[in-house]
Amino acid sequence: MALADKDRIFTNLYGFQPWNLKEAMARGAWDGTKDILAKGKEAIVEEMKASGLRGRGGAGFPTGLKWSFMPKEPPKDAAGNPKPSFLVINADESEPGSCKDREIMRHDPHLLFEGALVAGFAMGARAAYIYIRGEYIREAEVLFAAREEAYAAGLLGKNACGSGYDFDVFVHRGAGAYICGEETAMIESLEGKKGQPRLKPPFPAGAGLYGCPTTVNNVESIAVAPTIMRRGAAWFSSFGNENNRGTKLFQISGHVDKPCVVEEEMSISFRELIEKHCGGIRGGWDNLLAVIPGGSSVPLVPAKDIIDCPMDYDGLKAVGSGLGTAAIIVMDKSTDIVRAISRISYFYKHESCGQCTPCREGTGWMWRVMERLRTGDASVEEIDMLFQVTKQVEGHTICALGDAAAWPIQGLIRHFRPELERRIAENMPEAAE
Amino acid sequence: MADRYIEPDTPELRARWGNFAWTPENAEKAKDVLSRYPEGRQRSAVMPLLDLAQRQVGAEENTQGWLPIPVMEYVAAYLDMPIIRVVEVATFYTMYNIAPIGRFHVQVCGTTPCMLRGSDDLISACKKRGMKAGHISEDGLWSFTEVECMGNCASAPMVQINDDNYEDLTAERLDKVLDALAAGETPKAGTQEPGRHTVEPVGGPTTLKDMVTENHDYRGEW
Amino acid sequence: MPKVKVDGVEIEVPQGATVLQACELAGKEIPRFCYHERLSIAGNCRMCLVEVKPGPPKPQASCALPANEGQEIRTDSEMVKKAREGVMEFLLINHPLDCPICDQGGECDLQDQSVAYGRGGSRYDESKRAVTTKNMGPLIKTTMTRCIHCTRCVRFSEEIAGVDEIGAIYRGENMQITTYLEKAATHEMSANVIDLCPVGALTSRPYAFEARPWELKKTIGIDVSDAVGSNIRIDSRGREVLRVLPRVNDDVNEEWISDKARYQVDGLTKRRLDKPFLRKDGKLVAVSWQEAFSAIASLNPGNSIAAVAGDMLDCETMFAAKKLLGALGSSLLEGRQTGMDYDCSSLAAVNFNTGFNDIETADAILIVGSQVRTEAPLVNVRLRKAVKRGAKVFLIGPEWETTFGGEFLGEDLSVLNQLPQHVWDALLNAKRPAMIVGGAGLGRGGLEASLSIASQLKLVRELEDGSTWNGFNVLHLSAARMGGLMLGYAQKGGIADLVAAAPKVLLALGSDEVDFTKFANSMVVYIGHHGDKGAHAADVILPAAAYTEKNGTYVNTEGRVQLSDKAVFAPGDAREDWTILRAMADAFGVSVGFDNFEELRAAMAAEVPALGSEGLADYGHDLPAGGGSASGVIAYPIKDFYLTNPIARASAVMQQCSAELLHGEEIAEAAE
Repeated sequence: MALADKDRIFTNLYGFQPWNLKEAMARGAWDGTKDILAKGKEAIVEEMKASGLRGRGGAGFPTGLKWSFMPKEPPKDAAGNPKPSFLVINADESEPGSCKDREIMRHDPHLLFEGALVAGFAMGARAAYIYIRGEYIREAEVLFAAREEAYAAGLLGKNACGSGYDFDVFVHRGAGAYICGEETAMIESLEGKKGQPRLKPPFPAGAGLYGCPTTVNNVESIAVAPTIMRRGAAWFSSFGNENNRGTKLFQISGHVDKPCVVEEEMSISFRELIEKHCGGIRGGWDNLLAVIPGGSSVPLVPAKDIIDCPMDYDGLKAVGSGLGTAAIIVMDKSTDIVRAISRISYFYKHESCGQCTPCREGTGWMWRVMERLRTGDASVEEIDMLFQVTKQVEGHTICALGDAAAWPIQGLIRHFRPELERRIAENMPEAAE
Repeated sequence: MADRYIEPDTPELRARWGNFAWTPENAEKAKDVLSRYPEGRQRSAVMPLLDLAQRQVGAEENTQGWLPIPVMEYVAAYLDMPIIRVVEVATFYTMYNIAPIGRFHVQVCGTTPCMLRGSDDLISACKKRGMKAGHISEDGLWSFTEVECMGNCASAPMVQINDDNYEDLTAERLDKVLDALAAGETPKAGTQEPGRHTVEPVGGPTTLKDMVTENHDYRGEW
Repeated sequence: MPKVKVDGVEIEVPQGATVLQACELAGKEIPRFCYHERLSIAGNCRMCLVEVKPGPPKPQASCALPANEGQEIRTDSEMVKKAREGVMEFLLINHPLDCPICDQGGECDLQDQSVAYGRGGSRYDESKRAVTTKNMGPLIKTTMTRCIHCTRCVRFSEEIAGVDEIGAIYRGENMQITTYLEKAATHEMSANVIDLCPVGALTSRPYAFEARPWELKKTIGIDVSDAVGSNIRIDSRGREVLRVLPRVNDDVNEEWISDKARYQVDGLTKRRLDKPFLRKDGKLVAVSWQEAFSAIASLNPGNSIAAVAGDMLDCETMFAAKKLLGALGSSLLEGRQTGMDYDCSSLAAVNFNTGFNDIETADAILIVGSQVRTEAPLVNVRLRKAVKRGAKVFLIGPEWETTFGGEFLGEDLSVLNQLPQHVWDALLNAKRPAMIVGGAGLGRGGLEASLSIASQLKLVRELEDGSTWNGFNVLHLSAARMGGLMLGYAQKGGIADLVAAAPKVLLALGSDEVDFTKFANSMVVYIGHHGDKGAHAADVILPAAAYTEKNGTYVNTEGRVQLSDKAVFAPGDAREDWTILRAMADAFGVSVGFDNFEELRAAMAAEVPALGSEGLADYGHDLPAGGGSASGVIAYPIKDFYLTNPIARASAVMQQCSAELLHGEEIAEAAE
């Protein structure tokens, strides 16, 4: 299995060439967009469904299916006028380990804008908001500039691409809150409020931004759509295993020789991915301790389980973890694994919005116990208690942040309990006398 | 990691910022921001406008900028929204500085991917220079915060200083950047790894090599 | 009507019900903190988790989940028990557990529910979070370390009060509830957040450390601080009323009361008239009841006697006085102390006909001369709801800060003579148009001009569902007004008729707003409870009972007859008003036809049957045609919301509110 360069969607991933419209078009962006739209909404949605594309933001929900949830007939407002629909593009890339959308936005923004038009048209949206995390300051500057280019060229706005369809795209900057990556928190934030997730139902497709039908999609999901439409569902679905189709941006960080972001075929094995693009594990394969394969919120996978695992939704699920955003955090044997997870616990404590009880109170509790486990200043029973606490958080919160905070700890306890006990035992003699 | 607290509302603060108003240039920008949101939804603009206000304060005092209470009140009045809702937003999102800040806000990412690549060294380097969370250095140059994942994990560790990222850092590389900033220079942003362009593997890309030298169009090979 | 199964029992629930409501219908108790029937659903406390099939294999927040056909809901499963224990544990880990020094103790949801649903002990071994206490003004005491972040207070101020002044700042475990810059909560309903707070984070400042709930005697009462007739519970210990809380009555006050209704009660123990006084050589001297009565009787007034009823009077007192005057041959009764003389021949013309409940459904409302927020805060809440449902509101009168928007049309009553076209059109095209005429809109032709508009716009009409809509409303300020009008306390020329009659004796029944200089030649007999304006002008003072100290019938501005019970005894030698009037009859040697309270009530019901049964009095829907023109700049009667009656004026809490909240005085910190 080897993905050829010609089958890569993000050909300017590393930004060796300018992002601007002229160069982007020369690479194939905005190629025949009008024809794509001419196929009609239904045909686009069907093609996307057939492509097997699953949402690239972490949850892996089929993208075409999500688009089809938008109401065919717009609901009416109090005055009886049809409500507009919105596409919100989730560019709030904040999951520790994730750094792919940044590359799309700063190096190939036109693929994103084109995707916004295609997706927005397919779901009958009036406009798209790209919600980019506040810390991506230069990246947002590129988006604002690229947007100007697209408008000036008639690709967006009134009669976008000469299609007869009016479609606006706006860029909205966040200001430092991981939780805004949760779709309803993002909508709240777009409305000028604190990013606190909403209760569901109602789901955004029914009542989202400003109470109007809304679909929230990840940057990568949107940016690959035009190429899928150009090359066809069959092309895209020819990559990867059944149910895990397409190409994917993998982000490898941590203890590999050469961390990088790379577009590869779905289902590529961990070993192949690392060997091919990252120069191997630091200190060799024997030095591999564990991997967090999908961003901070998925449980870690110990070395033996991950090495030959296919990097896709189902493959990683089978080893008790998940693909998430394909943000692969590699840890070698020099890693203080408890600290690595404890730092993630701190992250979730820091990013909890504070709205609902289990997460607000539980994230802080879990982190504090983790810090004590890091130094061994705990009792063995507290490991079980911590596990129970994670279970008390998991599944009891409004959004998935509670789950995300619980899983890394569960993964640690599941796979590294002896290490935790060792630290407690080492700490004990001093405490005992 | 420090807890955040709103700078208290004092007569001095009122005297200094009570007359805050957009500069003509920012007044235009504010209008443009408002135009992004549907009629009657101007409240959506509170985040970009707080950012704009923070930048204007920064420009006035030659710092990264922050949000004194009277400035938040100005934004609230500008958007005709209750001030408490503006304060909620300003205190919820960490990029709004709600207390005075230095010329350069050194934000070291300390989350696990950066930690694995040596962010501890960067934090030590900052501390060695006397930087402390929640404090401005005596010369007014530095403020320091350990921040959460900044999304530069494949070029970790990194710091963000005001609007620019400095990636692939070591303590020495960071020192160089800080020295340059202190000297009034503009160090090159992005990766500090010699020979690396962005997030391709060090030593050159393993894919899309054609793109290095020309704006290659792969469509012919489809 | 979807059918669901709750713990195996199938029940039918109303369309649109939530799972929580379904469980309640099935008789299952669902613990909750953030959920409140009258507030939007937040779903943040997670205490109400239940197991629902079909659905994801995790517990669901029942407050936010719609009940759907075929759902199987379990409130008794292991999953639910675990979930509740877990949430309760989280709520408690950072809670100080300082129940022994917490005023909420004994009536605390957290306490109760932790006993019922919590684990036996704590496993939390870390330091607890401490949160600085916030200032929220003279009424609300805060101990924010106890806060469980349910956001009920935030939602109340935003949704019900319409004054966005409480928020949750910072985030995560550092989230804190506060007012902006810890300024005092300033609206007229602010203290309701104390009742809403399920823990001891927001407690009553004036009541701080006064009593434990189990020490208190609870008496059902009616508030008299305005004409709304809010249903209250009077909590007393011994002879002292310690606090007043709202009672739920969806038709009247829902479950709120104004800050004045709640906090004027400390005035009940101050400046009280507790013995009879007689003016001797220009000075009031304490005398015996005997001497006081002799002094009055010796004047032998015959029919040269008049009575003025005060604003907080019960119907029984007014009826007793009426009977006394009648026995003496006088019918000089008046309740409109400040001189108003609007026509009262039709009670429907001076009543709030639409009712508080239905005013919420009005789609266009014209308010004439009423600062609703201060005159009837609970009606203001209803107007806000109407606007939320889409009603357009127009106001005539000087501008005030409404909580529901609205368009001010001008300060002068003459606006009524020629309403702007768009206002006319809005009212004309409305399905349920309404007018609300306040006290300041009644005089100078205002009532007649308003009635004229009402008839032109057909404010009385049949609705599509066949019911009658009467959109014409008068919003009174005085708790005694409608009862007084039903008992004939209105002269054609108003109080001027009494002045003209120059009575030998003027009975001032708790009336403190009368210009007594006009009665310089009358013997003013003040029967009331506070040493206020009336007592100062009096020649004889007969100490009587305040509203908490007697059984009484009150009629609110909707014409709703309600009964209030006696909570405590009047202080000192003070007696219930009717007994004073009955004794005076003996002094005058006349008969009033009753010897005890039951006979009095029976006689009153016989004379005015509507006063004999609780509920809305029927005044019919025939409105006079009105006519003529109105003119004059409107001036609202309430200058200081907190000091509108003698009890409130005697209240240290109300004085403090007035000083701090209305006049911006510095908060008086305790010296130490």
